[in-house]
Amino acid sequence: MIAYQLSIFAEDKPGKIAHLTSVLGKEKINIRATTISTADTFGIINLIVDDPKRAEAALTKAGVTVHLRSVLAVLIDDKPGGLDSLMQLLYQEGININNAYGFVLESSKKAVFVVDVDQTQKTEKLLEEKGFKTLDTLALSAIEPTHNVK
Amino acid sequence: MYWEKDVETINRKKLEAFQLAELKDTVIRAEKSYYYSKLFKEKNLSPNLLKSLEDIQKFPFTTKDDLREHWPYGFIAVPKDELVRMHSSSGTTGRATVVFHTASDIAVWSNLLARCMFMAGMRKNDVFQNMMTYGLFTGGLGFHYGAEKIGALVIPAGAGNSKRQIQLMMDFETTVVHVIPSYALHLSTVFTELKVDPRKDTKVKIAFLGAEPHTEKMRCKIEEIYGYKAFNSYGLSEMNGPGVAFECPHQDGMHIWEDSFLVEIIDPKTLEPVADGEEGELVMTSLQKEGMPLLRYRTKDLTRIIPGSCPCGRTHRRIERIKGRSDDMLILKGVNIFPMQIEKKLMEIPDVGTNFLIILNRHEFNDSMTVKVEVSKKYFAGDIKQLESLRKKITEELKGEILITPKVDLVEPDSIPKGEGKAVRVIDNRQE
Repeated sequence: MIAYQLSIFAEDKPGKIAHLTSVLGKEKINIRATTISTADTFGIINLIVDDPKRAEAALTKAGVTVHLRSVLAVLIDDKPGGLDSLMQLLYQEGININNAYGFVLESSKKAVFVVDVDQTQKTEKLLEEKGFKTLDTLALSAIEPTHNVK
Repeated sequence: MYWEKDVETINRKKLEAFQLAELKDTVIRAEKSYYYSKLFKEKNLSPNLLKSLEDIQKFPFTTKDDLREHWPYGFIAVPKDELVRMHSSSGTTGRATVVFHTASDIAVWSNLLARCMFMAGMRKNDVFQNMMTYGLFTGGLGFHYGAEKIGALVIPAGAGNSKRQIQLMMDFETTVVHVIPSYALHLSTVFTELKVDPRKDTKVKIAFLGAEPHTEKMRCKIEEIYGYKAFNSYGLSEMNGPGVAFECPHQDGMHIWEDSFLVEIIDPKTLEPVADGEEGELVMTSLQKEGMPLLRYRTKDLTRIIPGSCPCGRTHRRIERIKGRSDDMLILKGVNIFPMQIEKKLMEIPDVGTNFLIILNRHEFNDSMTVKVEVSKKYFAGDIKQLESLRKKITEELKGEILITPKVDLVEPDSIPKGEGKAVRVIDNRQE
């Protein structure tokens, strides 16, 4: 299954994230996970939220440059080696990761690892074949993470 | 103290009679070019209209656009095989204008530069280091020929390579330099780095500052750092290049060589002449040029005639240092840049929005250009690598066009404030 991440283009200056969180807070959108990549004078803020379509609409309305980007939210075991089994598989298959981040679902049991890869569909198929579960937006919004980890 | 005393101190009445005779010859010569012959026919103009100098006003202005539209040979007034040299306005590619010289033009131009340099104090026994770009740009070769005409020893150092410049200056005991003012300031930081004191460790006593408008304050700063006298130089490729106007030892305005150029100052809006002392756009008619005579050429440079006579005894009037431009041309590190060139390049890249902003900064004597470019909404796909490659692409494209590497900042769509009517495209933060 394919999940959606909000990717937001922002200049590298104070107040950019505060603007986003203020819009999303008012819209009662829950943020599950965030990462930021910065290049020179600009950056991209990535958000996993419970309702990406509604969040996209609200942010666009507020003048934010936002893109809904398909990512894979892979369910992994929250235990030593849990992430490693996923990474070894992607490595063996020669899949390059553009961006990745994770958050714990249930401490010591389940975690979600979000990966942004070039060939999303192909990778999803491969993961399913190898027994990994990928979550879609609905599944992501139904779960209650305990805390976020980068 | 005069290179040509008769010419430099000629009384005004004689000068004006000389100008009128030269003007008639120039108009007769100009009529041989494709552009002016067509224009004269269309507007029913003829050299016979010229009974006094004021009659030049019966002729239309010539603009840079006219030169571009009749690129490359539409203005040449001699058979092509009479031409010995081509030059181009400083560096720019897309909107460059070309000029041509006959052997006699080169001789006249060299003599004008010799007159300028001699006036500022350069002599046969001087060692002249020409720190200007050689090539299409007129500043390098123009001064080179002028200095050789005086008989000085010329070091054709060219631009850049600061450490070598300093080495040459010390090894050959340079006494006179020709330099872009912003480069002179930059070079002073290299002197400091090398622990060389330009005031004590070099023998330079005269500098010619050219190719870039600068303020009196900047001149004083350069003189203070180097301990030499710095003279302001004015010229443009359409009127040969440097050597059009130059400061005398009194350093109060630049004598514009009226035996070679007929000067008008006009109001750039009404195009009417303004009185001496009032600021306006400098308009010039060449009086000596053979290869490519130009009538009433609009320089777009803003200045004024300084009223009154100069204690140096020269009767050629003085213009004040250039205050700015009546168009939007920018001068950065001696290179002429039009915002339109940047706009045109950006429009060719589909992934950028239409808005952009040029910001010019001066940091530690170094001028730089930042171009803020809006990313198109459609283009943005949340991929940082894609944005980075777009930024590189824009930088390369712009560098190819303006020959200066700008810093490109990608910004959000619609984040650049739009100006009323004509968008504000340039912010110039270059202060002293």
